[in-house]
Amino acid sequence: MKEKQKKFTTVSIPTALFKKVEERIKGTGFTSVSGYVTYVLREIVAEEEKTEEPFTQEDEERVKTRLRALGYID
Amino acid sequence: MPRPHGGKLVNRVFKEKDRKNAANVAAKLEKVEVSKALATDTENIAKGVFSPLQGFINQEELENVLNYKRLSNDLAWTIPIVLDVSEEKAKALKEGNDLALYFQNEPLALMHLEEKYKFNKEEFAEKTYGTLDMAHPGVTKTKNMGNILLAGKIDLINELKGPYDRYKLSPMETRFLFKEKGWRTIVGFQTRNPPHLGHEYVQKTALTFVDGVFINPVIGRKKKGDFKDEVILKAYDVLIENYYLKDRAVMSILPFEMRYAGPREAIFHAIVRKNFGCTHFIIGRDHAGVGNYYGPYEAQELFEEFPDLGIPPIFFKSFFYCKKCGGVTNEKACPHSEKEHIIFSGTKIRATFSKGEMPPKGLMRPEVSQVIAKYSNPFVE
Repeated sequence: MKEKQKKFTTVSIPTALFKKVEERIKGTGFTSVSGYVTYVLREIVAEEEKTEEPFTQEDEERVKTRLRALGYID
Repeated sequence: MPRPHGGKLVNRVFKEKDRKNAANVAAKLEKVEVSKALATDTENIAKGVFSPLQGFINQEELENVLNYKRLSNDLAWTIPIVLDVSEEKAKALKEGNDLALYFQNEPLALMHLEEKYKFNKEEFAEKTYGTLDMAHPGVTKTKNMGNILLAGKIDLINELKGPYDRYKLSPMETRFLFKEKGWRTIVGFQTRNPPHLGHEYVQKTALTFVDGVFINPVIGRKKKGDFKDEVILKAYDVLIENYYLKDRAVMSILPFEMRYAGPREAIFHAIVRKNFGCTHFIIGRDHAGVGNYYGPYEAQELFEEFPDLGIPPIFFKSFFYCKKCGGVTNEKACPHSEKEHIIFSGTKIRATFSKGEMPPKGLMRPEVSQVIAKYSNPFVE
């Protein structure tokens, strides 16, 4: 049987920062500092991934022919 | 344009020149005949509609999706894409081997069977649909599934043929199309109904802030009483022709069996439209809902859990016709009392057509009404 991947792990942040975050999330939908930190990190990581993927020449030709045949492009 | 979900558009379709050979290989393998819904899922995986999935998910991914609404690599993913078979069929299949998926006796895809596993139907239904009520179509469907799930990558041999293929574009095609049109920002609109003026105003309000609107009706098995696919497409054709700028609107279909999973499905719909190249996605009232299983804006709330989705939702509350304003408006813009409002109720519109009448032009464009009225029965039976 395959060993299952651990779903969560621990990172360390300064206690002062932890306390600030704890204060900040009071009255919000976040129920823990971990939840908030995960949210912020996910947002940052996603931001870094926004770049365009190029088409190959072969793809372009094939796609262009079909789109033209269907009337999507002139 | 945003990168596809997970960074890379999946393309697992055999090239034309290799299809015959792949079909010959399929003929020698253990066969699994799949339903229309599973065949559609297979094609969607192969063409990148479900990127980053490259096949049907394994047990670990299923547990992740059900419990965390994410894949094991932390990517948002809310709807389990699984392939079920009977226990009897599963006995004939060996992990590590290839098998052939067939649809209507034609080879559909090759699949490398990575894992076969039992699953808990109750947990699957409760976590996906938020209920165990058998009146929910997703719960009934889950109960009727085979007891064993097959996991593994697939490679599509033959594309599915249907009556609406001229409207069917792959994510690679829509991405190219948007680029050709010079659109940098695109809002996706999911629909399973012919357009009334409320839909049109939602789309056009969003369009004001982006370069183009991508209207993407879901085509596939629906509930009894829903509008037929052909009616929806013809209605949109006439709406776009008469009321949209050609360079600002594109319509193509999404072959997919609605799960009616409400909030979870709303996230999933957004991911799919991100793969098509949309930068934004419209979420209205009771998105992908059925009956009263989900709160009217529960789908909108779930987006708060996904800051990393990579496709920001645009939330709308209901638009309505205000007799005093003399036009379509919404609660943020209209100061008049509810007595002056005519709500765009799909149920009422369906009832009007059922009686052989047409809705007033303040609710639906006359051209759209006329298209629908031409059908003696525009509804799924």
